[in-house]
Amino acid sequence: MRIDGKGLVDRSSPIRFQFDGIGHTGFAGDTFASALLAKGQRLMARSFKYHRPRGVMTAGSEEPNALVTVGTGAAQEPNLRATTLEIYHGLEVRSQNAWPSLSFDVMAVNDALWPFLGAGFYYKTFMWPRSFWEHLYEPLIRRAAGLGALSGQSVAERYEKAFAFCDLLVIGAGPTGLMAALTAGRAGADVILADEDSLPGGRLNAERHAVGDMAGSDWAAQATVELRAMPNVRVMTRTCVTGAYDQGTYGALERGAGAPQPGRPRETFWRIVAKRSVLAAGALERQIAFADNDRPGIMTAGAVRAYLNRWGVAAGRRVAVFGNNNDAHRTALDLRAAGVEVVALIDPRPKASGPKGDFPLYAGAMVEGTRGWLGLREITVKTGGGIVRLAVDCLAVSGGWNPTVHLTCHMNGKPTWCDAIASFVPTPGAVPGLVAAGACAGAFSTAACLAAGAQAARDALAEIGVTSAPPDVPEADDTPYRIEPFWAVPGAGRAWLDYQNDVTLKDIKQAATENFRSVEHMKRYTTQGMATDQGKNSNVAALALLADATGRGIPETGNTTFRPPYTPVSIAAMGAGGQGMGFAPRRFTTSHAASVQRDAPMVEAGLWYRPSYFPAAGETTWREACDREVRLVREKVGVCDVSTLGKIDIQGPDAATFLDIVYTNTFSTLQVGRVRYGLMLREDGHVMDDGTSARLGETHFLMTTTTAAAGLVLRHLEFVHQALRPDLDVRFASVTEQWAQFAVAGPKSRTLLNDLLDRPLDNETWPFMTCGPITLGGVEGRLFRISFSGEHAYEIAVPARFGASLFDTLVARAEALGGGAYGMEALNVLRIEKGHLTHAEIHGATTAFDIGFDRMVSANKDCIGKTMAARPGLTDPNRQQLVGLRPLDRAVELTAGAHLFDRAAPARRAHDQGYVTSVAFSPTLGHAIGLGFLSRGRDRHGEVVRVVDALRGKETLAEVCPPVFVDPQGGRLRG
Amino acid sequence: MRLTCPLCGDRDRREFYYRGAAVALHRPAPDAGVAAWDDYVHLRDNPAGETRDLWHHEAGCGAWLVVTRHTVTHAVLEVALAQDEGAAG
Repeated sequence: MRIDGKGLVDRSSPIRFQFDGIGHTGFAGDTFASALLAKGQRLMARSFKYHRPRGVMTAGSEEPNALVTVGTGAAQEPNLRATTLEIYHGLEVRSQNAWPSLSFDVMAVNDALWPFLGAGFYYKTFMWPRSFWEHLYEPLIRRAAGLGALSGQSVAERYEKAFAFCDLLVIGAGPTGLMAALTAGRAGADVILADEDSLPGGRLNAERHAVGDMAGSDWAAQATVELRAMPNVRVMTRTCVTGAYDQGTYGALERGAGAPQPGRPRETFWRIVAKRSVLAAGALERQIAFADNDRPGIMTAGAVRAYLNRWGVAAGRRVAVFGNNNDAHRTALDLRAAGVEVVALIDPRPKASGPKGDFPLYAGAMVEGTRGWLGLREITVKTGGGIVRLAVDCLAVSGGWNPTVHLTCHMNGKPTWCDAIASFVPTPGAVPGLVAAGACAGAFSTAACLAAGAQAARDALAEIGVTSAPPDVPEADDTPYRIEPFWAVPGAGRAWLDYQNDVTLKDIKQAATENFRSVEHMKRYTTQGMATDQGKNSNVAALALLADATGRGIPETGNTTFRPPYTPVSIAAMGAGGQGMGFAPRRFTTSHAASVQRDAPMVEAGLWYRPSYFPAAGETTWREACDREVRLVREKVGVCDVSTLGKIDIQGPDAATFLDIVYTNTFSTLQVGRVRYGLMLREDGHVMDDGTSARLGETHFLMTTTTAAAGLVLRHLEFVHQALRPDLDVRFASVTEQWAQFAVAGPKSRTLLNDLLDRPLDNETWPFMTCGPITLGGVEGRLFRISFSGEHAYEIAVPARFGASLFDTLVARAEALGGGAYGMEALNVLRIEKGHLTHAEIHGATTAFDIGFDRMVSANKDCIGKTMAARPGLTDPNRQQLVGLRPLDRAVELTAGAHLFDRAAPARRAHDQGYVTSVAFSPTLGHAIGLGFLSRGRDRHGEVVRVVDALRGKETLAEVCPPVFVDPQGGRLRG
Repeated sequence: MRLTCPLCGDRDRREFYYRGAAVALHRPAPDAGVAAWDDYVHLRDNPAGETRDLWHHEAGCGAWLVVTRHTVTHAVLEVALAQDEGAAG
């Protein structure tokens, strides 16, 4: 029921929205909850387990009951709190966890079964038979209990992430936060004021208190205007600070306002870095446990005031108030002042003296029970004079206020029990750089909050060397808060604590009875505080009742750990920017467009994309293309983009000395203009990477790494230099992106290049393993006579901006010579034929000894990994060593991953002799070939072994042979 | 988490690569023996308290850093260049 003249909503701006297909009208400034309450609708949801009808209980993000679903299809968002959901034109809201309808839900039969559905019922009931859990019990339970459903589709809307930095972060824009922000802002500090609400002011908008000579809400609005006008202050509304992290980092979730709009993010997840912060998060009101205290119409006393004062809505026509503290009395006064009938003010404190009002005060009385299935109709009050039944449609309950200490616990801090307010307060210093002030520190009056906010800001600024003027704190209400702890009304029936997870007082007592006495055990056994609201209203009461049930004090019982996030954060917001291209950016070579144009399927190599093969007219399978490309390299000339290999420029007087440390073999003896293959070990003696390094000058090397290890090797070089040999004068730079490099391989490679180069090549001046500068068409480049294919080959490098045109030129020339471009498939076949290694072989668990390169470990010098590589276990002759494999039946293929066994041995793990790492069909030899590791393999050439691929269900026999299948003498390389 | 790189200043931890204990700075001589090498390559303390580890400012200046921090409070107590300790032996 809307009260004329009350509230901060804009009555000139009606807004139409729908709930379960029925149209409603509210006003700008309404939440979904306030707009429905204004229409007298109390029923908004069904409970998690028992499907009990539920209404709204609070007016903030702590709401446990009124959860709804918004949107359809990919945009469907479940479990939105009606209390924070702002209405907008066209908003369509659906109820959840109810079928067929909110007012008639067949699963409410669970409520009749409640004696069987208490805490631990899953564990006790669904234990046997074991296989039934996954296939029968769990799907049934999931359908019967639960909250809203996800769409199951990928998120279509935009979510964002953002970063911000400030001197002072003020968390919460109530009286404390506004005063802190004003104080810091006026002092010139960089300030961020964040509040989860759409309207700054906090409780000032929900109460009738004055600040200075104006209404509290007017003062909040004026303060906000002043703050927004300051260039050094950023006011962030709809932004909930959800977590406190190390070194002054805070997570915050910002919601978009109003209807979704294309291009505007629905939510933004902020990472805010603050030198200091003031926590001004306020306090949350708790309930009292009594029988059937969960009916629609039963709300917190503070929420009833908030709906009245902020939204101009009376939560009922006949309201009773039940509270153990003086703050609850305000609810009765505010309602009367607005002309709403107050049926009774019930205070369990025997000596409670109430405010003067035309309503009865029942001191020393308590609410024992309630009636009304879809909405509260009647309460039963136990008074000194007997039982009284009162017809009411709203009951405002207050068990006291709990300071919102959550963020102070995010870094392992434990709050401290405070008898004066019968609740926990933050322990100072729990989060470095953060100070709690105002209600969240247990100071509940408006005057105390304003003063605390100003002081906290001044203290924080002083710590970072910013001086501020003495605060000009306006006068405000300073009525003391008086409370006597009162947690539960004795009696039969179910008294709810955690509304969202349907946890009752009986469950807590049962946990204690079954010896789940630790608060952490009780929580997990009963699920108290484990729902999306994290028990914001109920945790303190639950542990007070556990303390009572176990005969301990509350401080001794302790409380559960608060962890981020304070309110739910969608994964889409936390992972914003991390999907698709944001998750894995694409790296393209300069020949990418040309390769795509030639219909080459592109395959991923880390973040790079490389052509798999270049299909020719008439070819229907990749194998046809691959075989042709291998033959054209072996017989004519092929061109392949090898730019993705890591290229590290190494310069300095000590460059050669340095390479001797990181490579197993010696590079200081390498002549300028020559290239050497190098092997690099990890310090534990296993192979890290391999590649060639070219000496371009006396103090200048160019190292190549495998594509996959480019980053790792550069990091390793930097480490060895800075951490182990900072005395060496040498520097490193990645130049992978700066140079486009192409392999030109095959018997006609020199012919091809000589048509292009400004100065032709010959075998005397350019023998195998030489390098040097070249020019082609006036462009300065580099040439390396190296070969991965085993053919007479070169790699030609030019600055990346010439890469695309050079690739086109090289391929055209190759085609004119009967060759052409080749891709990764052919490259792989060529290297397997030649016995060259990739990370399939140097996979992290193999040594130089294993791959037959132990003679590459120089005896004359130390190198990284040398000492550990000499461990007996790494040089054991029984280790698995690199071998070649040829199927006995030349028509069958080999498969990588297959394991090797003695011919007569069973194919079981105990008899495992090794495994296959790389396989290919060799067009050169006309049959399948493979590389693999075999125990004592180098001594077993000629032997026949079983090749068993259990995964693919294949088995064959293969002959063990040396790992080089083509041109073992290397004549082709040098020709 | 944030680290103050001595060369670049206060930065988000996403700019850094974590390696492990700063033990790696003190590489034994080749003939130091099995125990010393086992210690160097494999054995690590797991303190509930102060620890020194190596971080690489990979998305920044490329410096390797020795970070002294507290594993319980997460306080970062000191950040120094690895090359200074490496030079000291």
